Amino acid sequence: MSTLEVRNLVKEFKVRDGLRRSTLRAVNDVSFTLSAGRTVAVVGESGSGKSTVARMIAQLETPTSGEILLDDAAIGRRGRALADYRHQVQMVFQDPFASLNPYHSVEHHLARPLKLHGVARGKDVLPAVYGLLERVNLTPAPVFAEKRPHEMSGGQRQRIAIARALAPGARFLVADEPVSMLDVSIRLGVLNLLARLQREENLGVLYITHDLATARHFSDEIVVMYRGDVVEQGPSDEVILDPQHDYTKTLLAAAPEPSRHGRLRDEVRAELAAG
Amino acid sequence: MTATTTAGPLSSAAHAEHVARLTPVLTAHDVSIEYEVDPPVRAVQGVSLTLHRGEILGLAGESGCGKSTLAYGLNRLLKDPAVLRSGEVTFHDADGTDTDVVALDGDALRAFRWDKVSMVFQGAMNSLNPVLSVRAQLEDVLTTHRPGLSRTERGERCAELLEMVGVDPVRLDSFAHELSGGMRQRVMIAMAMALEPQVMIMDEPTTALDVVVQRDILREIMRLRERFDFAVVFITHDLPLLLEIADRIAVMRSGEIVELDTAEQLYAAAQHEYTQTLLSSFPSLLGDFSYDDGEGAGR
Repeated sequence: MSTLEVRNLVKEFKVRDGLRRSTLRAVNDVSFTLSAGRTVAVVGESGSGKSTVARMIAQLETPTSGEILLDDAAIGRRGRALADYRHQVQMVFQDPFASLNPYHSVEHHLARPLKLHGVARGKDVLPAVYGLLERVNLTPAPVFAEKRPHEMSGGQRQRIAIARALAPGARFLVADEPVSMLDVSIRLGVLNLLARLQREENLGVLYITHDLATARHFSDEIVVMYRGDVVEQGPSDEVILDPQHDYTKTLLAAAPEPSRHGRLRDEVRAELAAG
Repeated sequence: MTATTTAGPLSSAAHAEHVARLTPVLTAHDVSIEYEVDPPVRAVQGVSLTLHRGEILGLAGESGCGKSTLAYGLNRLLKDPAVLRSGEVTFHDADGTDTDVVALDGDALRAFRWDKVSMVFQGAMNSLNPVLSVRAQLEDVLTTHRPGLSRTERGERCAELLEMVGVDPVRLDSFAHELSGGMRQRVMIAMAMALEPQVMIMDEPTTALDVVVQRDILREIMRLRERFDFAVVFITHDLPLLLEIADRIAVMRSGEIVELDTAEQLYAAAQHEYTQTLLSSFPSLLGDFSYDDGEGAGR
């Protein structure tokens, strides 16, 4: 079974403040394994280092120390080996309004990775583009292939971004807050799509989010990060229903929960009444 | 669209009973707001809404539904190309006088805004002026609206305001970039509280903040509300959050309020299809969740 593993990953950034220089340890000793057909969620607040982990896995940042292993082999960082890695590990960015080029059609966005990664050429390209669109449920495919980003909703654009990530034949997707920019009523649809791909196509998904509820329901394992450290990790239901670390408990207590309506109002009234 | 368009928003009998006990502080009747672009956009269409003294009214909806436009309309803050096409907005002052907000002009409008109805704007991070100290920005409100105050009194009031929202008064001499996101939002709330308004309109006040900070701010708002008894219009797309803090919730779509009910009723027995969709868009953290595999491809 194919796996993507990170071991003792550390990332330090150099910070300059006037004449003072210091280093900021954004990610401190993070390890986890993502297997094909499974989803791992990395949750945490802004500044916790979760996006930096994603960017290191997508090779957009170089780790200060630590290892990334694909199928138990250290990953290649340049040339042929890097291209090979990118065939297999792709990223879906947070903002589909920024990650698609407004000048280009959907067809262009999907044909390019197909050609660059040698998946299809010549007259096979267009059918392959249609095939990708069908996999992300954008049908009729020929209609969507002609559209430009501005002609689509946020959810549709994010589906294009997912199709683009699938184009090279990726086996692992790194999705950095893939639905946080979308309207609430279409978020679950996009997450359901990722869940289906993960199930049916045996895709490994790294789901970076600050939303604990979807992290729980859409992933097998949760990694909780706080200021660069992993404070807790384990099977999703265990982390959410029986949190061990104080920070996880704080996060859970702060998350709005529809079934606890009126909770905050009543708590504050009780506090004030008690003086 | 369901048949509610002409009949007004769906509400329950429990809601009618709930509001019967309350006194109104701001009433909007049949408000329509249009963006005069080509073709014109009817952002708010015939909305009627009553805000009661001391209540938190949630205004929920997705981007583009007109919720911010409506809030700006209530406070007469619309600017071109947005135009209040028709409708009445009446403010019922605690002293018993009624003010026709739409007819206000010039000095009267300036005196009304912030003093009676204040606002916490969207984007906590960017609403403060980056080149003025917190003190200068808080004092600005007081010099304009309370010219009778002496310099010392103003200084004292500013310190008191910061303390009220849980920020150390030494921060008066800080600039926006020296404050964290949560602190900036607290300062914004202090500013909105400066004149002890009877209504505060909060437009996504916590959206840009992390959940833990968000919860602290909400707690602060609830505490201040209990203490000063102002009414709040709380605008957000985050329905679970509204369910926790709001007394009543209005759900908006395409410029109309489709459902208006108490938070309890809305959660337990939402009537409008769209409200149900919105509610089901937020899986419960602790409860079960079933994959329906609805991928909503068309949207």
